[in-house]
Amino acid sequence: MKHGRLHPLVMIALVVAATLFGRILPTWTLSLATVAASNALIALGIVILARTGNVSFGQGLFFAAGGYGVALIANAWGVTDAVAQMVIGAVCGGLLGLVIGPLIARYSGIFFGMLTLALSMVLYGALVKSSALGGSDGFNVGRPSLFGMVFVDPREADFMLYAVSVVTTGLAGIAATILFRSELGLASLAVRENNLRIEYLGISANRVITINFIIAAVFAGASGAFALMAQRHIDPQFAYWTTSGEFVFVAVLAGYQSVAAVFVASLALELVRSFSNLYLPNTWQLVLGVFLLGVILFLPRGIGSLWIREKRKRSKPAAATPAAVRKGVAL
Amino acid sequence: MDRFSRINRSAVFLSVVTATALALVTPASAEDTFKLGIVTFLSGPAADSFGVPARNGGQFVIDQLNKGAVPSPYEKVGFGGMKIEPVIIDENGGATKQVQELRNLYQRDNVDAVLGYIGSGDCLAVAPIAEELKKMLVLMDCGTPRIFEEAKYNYVFRTAAHATMDNVGLIRYMKAKNVKMDTLSAINQDYAWGQDSRADFVAAAGQLYPNVKLQTDLLPKFGAGQYGTEISALVGAGSDVVYSSLWGGDLQAFILQAAPRGLPKRSQLVFSAADHVLPPLGDKMPDGTIIGARGAYGLMSQKSPLNDWFFKGYEAVNGVYPVQAAYRIAQSIFGLKAAVEKAMAKNGGKKPSTDELVAAMTGLEWQSPGGLIQMRLADGHQAIQPIAISRTKYNPDLKRVDLVDIQYFPAECVNPPPGVKSLDWIKGGMQGAKCN
Repeated sequence: MKHGRLHPLVMIALVVAATLFGRILPTWTLSLATVAASNALIALGIVILARTGNVSFGQGLFFAAGGYGVALIANAWGVTDAVAQMVIGAVCGGLLGLVIGPLIARYSGIFFGMLTLALSMVLYGALVKSSALGGSDGFNVGRPSLFGMVFVDPREADFMLYAVSVVTTGLAGIAATILFRSELGLASLAVRENNLRIEYLGISANRVITINFIIAAVFAGASGAFALMAQRHIDPQFAYWTTSGEFVFVAVLAGYQSVAAVFVASLALELVRSFSNLYLPNTWQLVLGVFLLGVILFLPRGIGSLWIREKRKRSKPAAATPAAVRKGVAL
Repeated sequence: MDRFSRINRSAVFLSVVTATALALVTPASAEDTFKLGIVTFLSGPAADSFGVPARNGGQFVIDQLNKGAVPSPYEKVGFGGMKIEPVIIDENGGATKQVQELRNLYQRDNVDAVLGYIGSGDCLAVAPIAEELKKMLVLMDCGTPRIFEEAKYNYVFRTAAHATMDNVGLIRYMKAKNVKMDTLSAINQDYAWGQDSRADFVAAAGQLYPNVKLQTDLLPKFGAGQYGTEISALVGAGSDVVYSSLWGGDLQAFILQAAPRGLPKRSQLVFSAADHVLPPLGDKMPDGTIIGARGAYGLMSQKSPLNDWFFKGYEAVNGVYPVQAAYRIAQSIFGLKAAVEKAMAKNGGKKPSTDELVAAMTGLEWQSPGGLIQMRLADGHQAIQPIAISRTKYNPDLKRVDLVDIQYFPAECVNPPPGVKSLDWIKGGMQGAKCN
């Protein structure tokens, strides 16, 4: 999207800076930022998928698959390494995406969205009934380690998780910007504009959607692993539709123009939620709703439009983007 | 568009600045106050039944403690002379949010202890976090016995008995009152509370009624609201007893739909946690229903100066008498108060550190409006308490459902002894129960 705006090396420097910034943050913001980074990762997957014109309302499916996969493997074989857990989560999500992706890629628009939602609720229903997995109460896992190091000090443990999640999300963001500029990324945009024409060009639209879907599933699985590591507890709520809806909200808040916006939007949402909960415990949902409405009304192209201005009028696909984005996301 | 975006930008900057400013205001930890985080449902399905009564009960007790207006043995102001400063958080929003908010309470708001939690899933999720942060956490309600049966905690306490007591109490009551139960049907919500309650009740029934036959066993989903089909099945089965652990709106809907179809006349209804629906249901509650309240609470509470003060005071402030959740938070707060004052007596009157507080709370016993609470299980971290079971009878003069035929069971009669898992204890014949 951002044609030649930032060199990948600059982006890597930004990620490193964000990670080191964690050293001076107060402790409570570390775990909040970890959750925000994990939510940003899954929302990034939704943004990637939405570039094909399809919005998944059921990312909770892969989020839960990643979370439960990691939790079960951690409890069975004692895998506590944070990076290993992240990889396991991503693989679990990816494998499930590999199975579901080709089937679901044949649908589009509202049917696509509803099918993803339905599948995630099937998993939710199955999890609630499985008393071996703790049913609706879920179960706990131990705290993660990193490369054999066990962190006893709460602040160090929080910083470790923060660092791993920020680096992962950052690298995923860099990968996403590279993807957006690649042939596949540009073909994705074209699928949204006119998938028939894409087929005539000799590109399989189904294939493009499937690949994007699997990427989104991998991100969601890794995100589920981070959510699990941050809270050490998993329950079927991971697969519930409101959880998936929240990720779509983060994507809507962020808009399309910037990968960094996804992280900012996710962090802003967590901050607003936390402070409204503290100061207005009876009406925090209202505050959250007003915040979302405000962003949608005043920044229809998302938080990203704050720093990415409309300077790209010359490039045609980009100019066509905003209207289509709204169509795609406001399903 | 440009003008708009400028306004937007300044608006966003303003909010970012405000958020940062709020973030940087770290409240000074004062020596003369005790900052207490309170977590309870203020929205969602459990708010009306449990969350808001708990909030009101907590607010009432804290106000009275801060005024020094509570009868003996709690006449001291606040916690050992320190004013209590509550920070109330909504429990709604799932376990992920609870874990985050618990961290915020400890690390950002610097509370001295956190007290609350009604949902079992929330309790399971927050307990290991408090343990890791080495901060005091007092769980006031939540049903599941798994918290201390699957893990060991030093900084976590639960000041109420778990759900095993509710079902063992019901069966003991039915046996004592010679309720016939050759056949049994059950209707419970399809989530952990419903599934666990059902398992406990059926297991306990198997002990005291060895010939009982389980007929219709229904698990509608949580929040179903419509029970037409289920009631048809229950009426069709015509069992001697219909057991349910439904609560709140689900229980009200079930009773309202079951009564006109004659289910209460055909079968003896037995509800494990139904006292909180009595005020809203009024004369719609069928007479003779056997109910529990998860303790000796509300209209089943035993007379004592402390209980009279609580019952009347709460009723005067809130316009309705206190039910289980209000009692549970009250016993939690009194327990914490007793622990703080015990620790202060030991350290010479200073504000106790978390470790001193934990040491004082472990194995503690204290009086509450609902009777004596004893931290007996899980190495002194899990409470046991007495329970009352009774039958309903509508009182047209007072326009409220009265509870008659009340029977009390001592804590050690209905709770497992230390070191035994509750379901194993029931299935093993409830060894070591002291019922007199």
